[in-house]
Amino acid sequence: MDFSLSPETLEFRQTIRDIVERTVTPDVIDRMHTSGTFASPELNAELGRLGFFERAVPGLGKGDPIELWVLFNELEKAGAPYDGPAVALMIAGVVNALGTDEQKARIMPSIISGESMVAMGYSEADYGSDVASIKTRAVKDGDEWVINGSKMWTTMAQAADWLILLTRTDLDLPKHKGLTMFLLPMDTPGITVEPVHTLGTEVTNATYFDDVRVGDEAVLGGVNSGWRTMTTVLAFERGVMGGSNAAVPLLRHFHDWAASMGLLDNDVVRERLARSVIDMQVAALLTQRSAWIAASGGMPGLEGSMTKVFAAEAYQRISKWCQQMAGPAGLLQFHEEGAAGEGFVEYDARHSPVVTIYGGTTEINRNNIAERHLGLPKSR
Amino acid sequence: MSVDLGLSADQEAIADLFGGFFTNESPTTVARAAEPFGFDAELWAKVIELGAPGMGSAVEHGGGGASLSDLVVVAEAFGRAIAPIPLLEHLAAALVLTDADVVSGEAIATVAVRPADANGVWRLVPAGAVAAVVVGIDGDELVSVRSAAPMVSPRNHASAPLADRSAREGERTVLGTAADFAPVLDRWKVLTAAALVGVADAAMALGVQYVMEREQFGVPVGSFQAVQHGLADLPVMIDGGRLLTHKAAWAIDSGDAGINDWRLNDITDGSTLASMAYVFTTDGAALATDRSLHYHGGYGFSEEYDIQLYYRRARGWSLVLDDPSVECLNLADRLFGARGA
Repeated sequence: MDFSLSPETLEFRQTIRDIVERTVTPDVIDRMHTSGTFASPELNAELGRLGFFERAVPGLGKGDPIELWVLFNELEKAGAPYDGPAVALMIAGVVNALGTDEQKARIMPSIISGESMVAMGYSEADYGSDVASIKTRAVKDGDEWVINGSKMWTTMAQAADWLILLTRTDLDLPKHKGLTMFLLPMDTPGITVEPVHTLGTEVTNATYFDDVRVGDEAVLGGVNSGWRTMTTVLAFERGVMGGSNAAVPLLRHFHDWAASMGLLDNDVVRERLARSVIDMQVAALLTQRSAWIAASGGMPGLEGSMTKVFAAEAYQRISKWCQQMAGPAGLLQFHEEGAAGEGFVEYDARHSPVVTIYGGTTEINRNNIAERHLGLPKSR
Repeated sequence: MSVDLGLSADQEAIADLFGGFFTNESPTTVARAAEPFGFDAELWAKVIELGAPGMGSAVEHGGGGASLSDLVVVAEAFGRAIAPIPLLEHLAAALVLTDADVVSGEAIATVAVRPADANGVWRLVPAGAVAAVVVGIDGDELVSVRSAAPMVSPRNHASAPLADRSAREGERTVLGTAADFAPVLDRWKVLTAAALVGVADAAMALGVQYVMEREQFGVPVGSFQAVQHGLADLPVMIDGGRLLTHKAAWAIDSGDAGINDWRLNDITDGSTLASMAYVFTTDGAALATDRSLHYHGGYGFSEEYDIQLYYRRARGWSLVLDDPSVECLNLADRLFGARGA
């Protein structure tokens, strides 16, 4: 095996590190946590201006999954807000793979320039893991589709220009077959966004659709082919776009605080930190493997499930350890005097519960591994 | 040079050759028959015919000149078969030995993984009961000592031929300073990690096979989600361990001074990665054998089923160095600096 990055990729990585240092300042991070909107327009614009989004979109431009991995791994390790760009690139990848020429021309420029963000509307209040059972309806009326229903966890809908929306278009077909995906502008009349506040500061949303009218140009990937579009998106999501090295910035924050408090001489602290570094290295290698599989023409869906389970649980373990090891200082929040790791220790302990839930719960991913890797029978 | 996480064509051939060899020549009946001593002289004679003991030795000394990355492939196949021969110890020790009978494998060599005590005794040396040559640290020196193999071992968890060996009595050769031992120990850690990946992989396969055969309540127990999810944790530990072990071998083979930038999770230092791979795979092998034994139910606790063979070796091969937590503390020194730094 060869674990070395090509000189070109190393240069790409350095450029990203420079951009992050320039644009993701402590003020930007602070604004994320005060506003609840985890995005940096400055960072996105800069990455877009340099053509890095276009270059990284799966199947477009250079389309090198190793670069895509490097891009998101660097953003994640720096503690930069990367969810916005990740979703945008995922959707750009799907538009590129399944969209019409008209859609590509109309939608792609604003995404790959870093100007526009995309919100994802799949889950509903009553349908999370069983997302194929969603009830939001799209009904054909002449040349138009009329959409009614509601979505839950539509993160970034308050700031996005586009919405990707999973709907039911045929009640008579089996649940996976009667679905259609739409990609529509967020300012389409009839859409209402209500904030849902979370434990992890980031604001997500409930989004309501009241006689929302769009034409066929908003259908992405074909009528009643929504499940295929969905699985294409998920393959990108669990692949290489962040979500595996969340504890790396936390370890820096905790380590530096622990050093200042004289805690680094404690063997328990030393062992846990060493084990944490091992886990983050393994998580990075598993993600790198997904990128390599994608670069070799494969679809790393199963490997993505494995990475997700491992990386999410490692991050939870590490954030729990850091908070415990900090003692009462691990309870103090941002801007409070004496807060461990400048408040990040407390923040990560609050944020980490979500990672085994979103983007496919660890239970759903374990089902995948059991059925598709181990060949065990379907259990539900 | 760029990312390629597949085996090379040569390594695929090595995997096929040794996978086939161990499957045919060392099914678990061979490991069982060799218990409790843990050494099968006939099997060792067969790996000599294959040229395995000298595979990693330099070509000018009559060896095969294989890279550590290649030997990792051999070690994983070896671990999967829990073969009762001291192949890993020999391959690690051979890094600093050029004797013709060591390269050929006629004289078994091993590594005293912990320094000799004040009396010049290496305690519980892996393969110490069968090795003619032991390499290790005595005081400030790296030495090799050639003496008669005791051919007797205290009964132990892994049925491994462990024995105390003298670092002073016998034909003693000073090979360098204590610091020169580091590459030998790194090599041993990487090969042990690879073998533990093999142990974990075989244990997982036994567990999956058993839960599909065993029926309760009229269905295979493998159809129950509680059982499935316990087994679903194993492939990622195995694949993660394999990737980390190969990365360590890659770093050591490159010969470059790597970096230890944990702040950006950019780690390419061979010794650091060897330590990480060893710690991670001891956990992976322990987890895989725990879970697999458990899902065998009562039969997993019986001697008759093979999972117990793997369960004992997962622990025995891990602990022969020390508590892996101690290795974590060594790793912490490497990553964060020594205490009080």
